[in-house]
Amino acid sequence: MPEISRDEVAHLAMLARIDLSDAELDHLAPQLSVILESVASINGVAGDDVPPTSHALPLTNVFREDVVVPGLTAEEALSGAPAVEDQRFSVPRILGEEA
Amino acid sequence: MSEITRSTAATLAEGLAAGDHTSVQLTEAHLDRIDAVDGAVHAFLQVDRDGALADAAESDARRARGEARGPLDGVPIAVKDVLATKGLATTCGSKILEGWIPPYDATVVSRLREAGLPILGKTNMDEFAMGSSTEHSAYGPTRNPWDLDRIPGGSGGGSAAAVAAFEAPLAIGTDTGGSIRQPGAVTGTVGVKPTYGGVSRYGLVALANSLDQAGPVTRTVLDAAMLHDVIGGHDPRDSTSIQQEWPSFTEAARAGSVGDMSGVKVGVITELAGEGWQAGVMARFQESVDLLVRAGAEVVEVSCPSFVHALATYYLILPAEASSNLAKFDAMRYGLRVTPDGDPSAEEVMRATRDAGFGDEVKRRIILGTYALSSGYYDAYYGQAQKIRTLISRDFDAAFAGVDVLVSPTAPTTAFRLGEKLDDPMAMYLNDLATIPANLAGVPGISVPNGLADEDGLPSGFQVLAPALADDRVYRVGAALEALHADQWGGPLLDRAPGLETK
Repeated sequence: MPEISRDEVAHLAMLARIDLSDAELDHLAPQLSVILESVASINGVAGDDVPPTSHALPLTNVFREDVVVPGLTAEEALSGAPAVEDQRFSVPRILGEEA
Repeated sequence: MSEITRSTAATLAEGLAAGDHTSVQLTEAHLDRIDAVDGAVHAFLQVDRDGALADAAESDARRARGEARGPLDGVPIAVKDVLATKGLATTCGSKILEGWIPPYDATVVSRLREAGLPILGKTNMDEFAMGSSTEHSAYGPTRNPWDLDRIPGGSGGGSAAAVAAFEAPLAIGTDTGGSIRQPGAVTGTVGVKPTYGGVSRYGLVALANSLDQAGPVTRTVLDAAMLHDVIGGHDPRDSTSIQQEWPSFTEAARAGSVGDMSGVKVGVITELAGEGWQAGVMARFQESVDLLVRAGAEVVEVSCPSFVHALATYYLILPAEASSNLAKFDAMRYGLRVTPDGDPSAEEVMRATRDAGFGDEVKRRIILGTYALSSGYYDAYYGQAQKIRTLISRDFDAAFAGVDVLVSPTAPTTAFRLGEKLDDPMAMYLNDLATIPANLAGVPGISVPNGLADEDGLPSGFQVLAPALADDRVYRVGAALEALHADQWGGPLLDRAPGLETK
């Protein structure tokens, strides 16, 4: 099983949108290697004939009647927002400098 | 400590019905107890004195009009801080949600309110329920009332410690891999993980959707059953909620409490013993199995060979689901926003916020989950884990074809010292060895107090697992064992806990 390198952890952190400091990368990378080595023990345990289980109990999709039920008001929905403008969520610019 | 706070919820409920005390008196007694001991225990992240007393006064007024809503109307409760409470901050033990006040109630919380239970406050937990010691809370650890230098289990260490320290007669926990049952074991209290889908997940901040389940945290099996009767049942707001009528768990616990096990077939799980299991925990477990035999149970050993892979399977499925679930903490709509200097983009704000807002364990698991789900590794890790989940369910099916319930010790060891395993994730994960299989298969489980280990005089737990939908069996067998223990010990295990200094 491949060890997970410091660079790989940095890449994964970027994918997961977490800025990890150098100190955090040094700390986390070896720990993740140990965990991965340990969970790798499941490789090859279940053969191709075993179906995957995503939920333990059988699920069917659930629909409800198409009727209006009360929801949050705009004020309630915005009540935890870091920034609000004109009854909307106010967010930083979406596009990068190069765009 | 007052007689009130030492009483079980069932006794308090009887007292309310008989007019021996009021809900305001019960609530004040518990708030006083919190004031006296929670500085040391730190079971609560937030205490809602005014809200709880207002709820209690309303309960008393209802009862005076002859309109009590059920047996637990007026009995106060503590709620794990992972369930949304309208108007009351909900942090999940994370800095990223510090001060977040939900605009709605989780269904479990609505049901508590409808049944008239005053909510004392929100209990401490490992951040986003990731952990087995409550040390991963961003707001500092909870301490075990049996020994303040030790962990109370996790992730629901706050709820377990609150009932163990007599700060609340009842609490709500959530169990994704053992977060109700393992804290129950190490604090000498009762914890139940219901069948997946038995209790609504609406408003429960998801750790791993396919594994999470809320349930009762109490000091007695009957109290847990009464609470389960309040919070359980179908909820149209949770698409995985089971649509069926459930039997009365209160009745099941009462039936079990006569201590007669005749006709009950009990399977001891071979794989949940051996290396790494503390001698004193195993000794108490064997004694309890013998007690069940003397009470008429037929006991056989049952092998569940795939259980040896449960831990690894869980630590792939859980991070995968968690990394997806926690993507919603993006600093845009609610929660923390950290804005770096200059004119940062939304993505830069997200990255800075998630670095500042998440603790070590959350970062570890998000990155692990991102890895397990990334192309090239998906089949080897996540795909394989899902297949082993099937094998574990098949082991349960095969076992329950021959026995009514399965039993094991709840956790391999008693409570360890704070800090002992904090920087050794694999050692920490091993605490959930015995509790994880039930979450992977969706079956219900209970942990009941099982005496003190000889090595350290600390509590251990006895776990009972039943087939999906047969939650009544864990109450029946749990109540039977509790009654047999009470005969043997001359009282509840918590009577032997050292007293806490009060201020």
